[in-house]
Amino acid sequence: MLTIADKTFTSRLFVGTGKFSSSDIMRQALEASECEMVTVALRRVELDDPGDDIMQAIGGGKFFFLPNTAGARDAVEAVRLARLARAAGGGNWLKLEVTPDPRTLLPDPVETLKAAEELVQDGFVVLPYINADPVLALRLQEVGAAAVMPLGAPIGTNRGLLTRPLLEIIIEQMEVPVVVDAGIGTPSQAAAAMEMGADAVLVNTAIAVAGDPVAMAAAFGQAVIAGRRAYKAGLGAIACRAAASSPQTGLEFLR
Amino acid sequence: MKIIVNGEERFLETEILVTDYVKSLDLDPETVVVEVDGRIITRQDYQSTLLLDGAEVELIRFIGGGQDADDCR
Repeated sequence: MLTIADKTFTSRLFVGTGKFSSSDIMRQALEASECEMVTVALRRVELDDPGDDIMQAIGGGKFFFLPNTAGARDAVEAVRLARLARAAGGGNWLKLEVTPDPRTLLPDPVETLKAAEELVQDGFVVLPYINADPVLALRLQEVGAAAVMPLGAPIGTNRGLLTRPLLEIIIEQMEVPVVVDAGIGTPSQAAAAMEMGADAVLVNTAIAVAGDPVAMAAAFGQAVIAGRRAYKAGLGAIACRAAASSPQTGLEFLR
Repeated sequence: MKIIVNGEERFLETEILVTDYVKSLDLDPETVVVEVDGRIITRQDYQSTLLLDGAEVELIRFIGGGQDADDCR
């Protein structure tokens, strides 16, 4: 079981709800992934074309909603989005994202720390999206972040665990859970993050843009379970030279 | 009277309760958050808050989102 703040989760796969071609495909994919935590964003209602209401598509208590502050460029905007999310019925959990440059969508560490501190004091359960920076991760833990969400690669790039050595340090040092977020493009990469000891992973693009998002969601669900099992089982040591797995005795008849 | 809703001018016959205005747009008051003149209106206050002439209103709600990126391929 994964525990973050006062909640426990059976599934260690979080799924983002952006970029799906329809609400129906999204709902089926979320169900196939067997995830419990889903991220959602806040935007102005388009008055002339309100479209589907995501709460009608996947509301009703089946999934735990983690509102994000995607779109915020600084701490002030992030705090405003957070308060709107809470007022919108999104509860007090928050994926804090502060991304000033739309070309890279890399998180601003200074503004993220500032916003995290303010939001924790305001009663939010804050899960900040960060670069894979071990020092920043500790600073966020100190100000009361409930988990940290370091990136494997820039958002939406499907490039995998480019930050692996730094993720290893973060996982080794943190007391709060570590959720590897962003950049995971394949189920094998999700499994690799879990084998390293990540507490969970968040996947959106790789599922939403797959040829068959529902089948891909199921594949990610299985990969996360497999990776976690492998981590718990204890991986064998890496060696430089061969170590025979078949007995080296009893071969006299060949010689 | 005129109000500004999500940056657009809208004309109304008369002052209207937040809850009635949201419903008039075919939106569910349970899933929309309303800001009037920069102040968040809590759901309990939808039934008692009137939109007055000149009000600046933001109607916001959850959409699908996790990560945003342009496809670089």
